[in-house]
Amino acid sequence: MTVSYALLTLLEQSERHGYDLKRAYDERFDGGRELTFGALYRALSQLVKGGQATMVAVEPGAGPERKRYAITDAGVTDLQRWLGEPEDPRPQLQTVLFMKVMLALMSGRPAKTYLRAQRSHHVARMRELTTRRRAAASAAALRLDYELFHIEADLRWIDHAQSRLAEITADVRGGSGAGEDR
Amino acid sequence: MTVIVEGVGLRKRFGLTEALRGADLAVRAGEVVAVMGPSGSGKSTLLHCLAGILRPDAGMVAFDGRRVDTMSDRQRTQLRRGAFGFVFQFGQLIPELTAVENVATPLLLAGQRRRTAIGAARAWFDRLGLSGLDGRLPGELSGGQAQRVAVARALVGRPRVVFADEPTGALDTAAGDDVMDLLVTSAHAQDTAAIVVTHEPRVAAFADRTVLVQDGLVDADEDAQLGVTR
Repeated sequence: MTVSYALLTLLEQSERHGYDLKRAYDERFDGGRELTFGALYRALSQLVKGGQATMVAVEPGAGPERKRYAITDAGVTDLQRWLGEPEDPRPQLQTVLFMKVMLALMSGRPAKTYLRAQRSHHVARMRELTTRRRAAASAAALRLDYELFHIEADLRWIDHAQSRLAEITADVRGGSGAGEDR
Repeated sequence: MTVIVEGVGLRKRFGLTEALRGADLAVRAGEVVAVMGPSGSGKSTLLHCLAGILRPDAGMVAFDGRRVDTMSDRQRTQLRRGAFGFVFQFGQLIPELTAVENVATPLLLAGQRRRTAIGAARAWFDRLGLSGLDGRLPGELSGGQAQRVAVARALVGRPRVVFADEPTGALDTAAGDDVMDLLVTSAHAQDTAAIVVTHEPRVAAFADRTVLVQDGLVDADEDAQLGVTR
C-alpha cells in the first residue's frame, strides 16, 4: 500500500513514465528492496482503475512504447488524506510511519502535524492497554506487555523523528524549493 | 470537574535559557496528568512552578482558586507541607529513619501526635506490598521498595495534589510499573490529583491524560485531543 502512495507522491511532483517512477522510487527508498516492474505496474494499474492516476500519453521509445502517467484530483485528495491520518498502532508498523514522514516531506506537506496526530493516537492506545493490563492476570498481562513495548518503540521513534525534523526536511527536500513544513 | 491547579502563560528564564515561554496547564481535582517532553523542554521547570518551588518570571499559578506565585515564602511553604505531596526520581527518604517513620514524617510536621502518625503510616504497608518491612531503614530496601515508601509518604497526608518528577527514572520496568500502579490507584482512591513528569511513554500511559511540553510550551493539540478521558 505504501508503494501506491509513494507513486502518487512522485506523480504529484510531475508526470512520469513507468521506468522513471521505478528509478525515482529506488533512489529515494534505497534501504528497502528494489521495486520490481511487476509490483510497479500492478500498483499503477490499481491507481488508474481507482481513478487516482491516469495515463496521459503513449510514446514510442527505444524498446517497447512508453506510457506516461499523471496524478488526478482524486489522487491528490487521497494522498492528502492518507498522509494526515494516524495509523492504528500494531507491531511492525514502522515502514508505514517512515513512509508517511518521507512522503509528507517530499510533497511539501506538514510532517509535523502528522507526527503529532500519530503520537496522540499511540499514547491513547498505550493508555487503553495499560488500563486493561492493570486489571489482567499475569499471563494475559504478559501478552499486553508485548504490544505495549512495541508501541513504545514506535513512540520513541516518533519523538526522535520530531526532534530531528529540521535536519530530515533539509535532507529530503535538498533545496528543491518545496513548501515549508508548517 | 473543578480545576485544582492551574498555570497560565508561565515564563521562566535561567540565564540565557528560556525554560518556559508561556506554558499553560490546568489540572482538575483528582486527575492524574502525565507531562512528557524531550530533555530540556521545560517539563520539570513547569512542575516546579506549579508546585510553588520556583516563582515564574511571568504568568500566574493558582491552587484551589488562590494565587500561588504572589504568596510569601512562608505561605508557599505552608501550602507545600499541607496541600501538596512530592515524589522525586531518587526517593529522598531520610536514611536514619525507618520506612514507617519516613512515611509518618508529613503527619508529624503537620502536628499530629507520634502514636497517631505512626499508626496511620503503618496502615499503608500492606497496600505497598511491604508488609513486615516497616521497620527497615531505607538502605535495607530495594530501589523499587524505597520508591513505593516515597509514594506513601507523599500521599499519607491526603494532599490535594502530588507532584512527581521522574518517579520511576531509576527503576526497571517491573518496579516502575508497581510504583505507578500504587501512585495512580492511591491518588484516585483519595481524590488526590497527580502531576507526573516523565520521559517514558510506558509510565505516562498510567495517567488519565498526557500533555507534551516542547520548547517551553505545552502542546495544545495533544492536550485538547486527550483531555476528555475522565
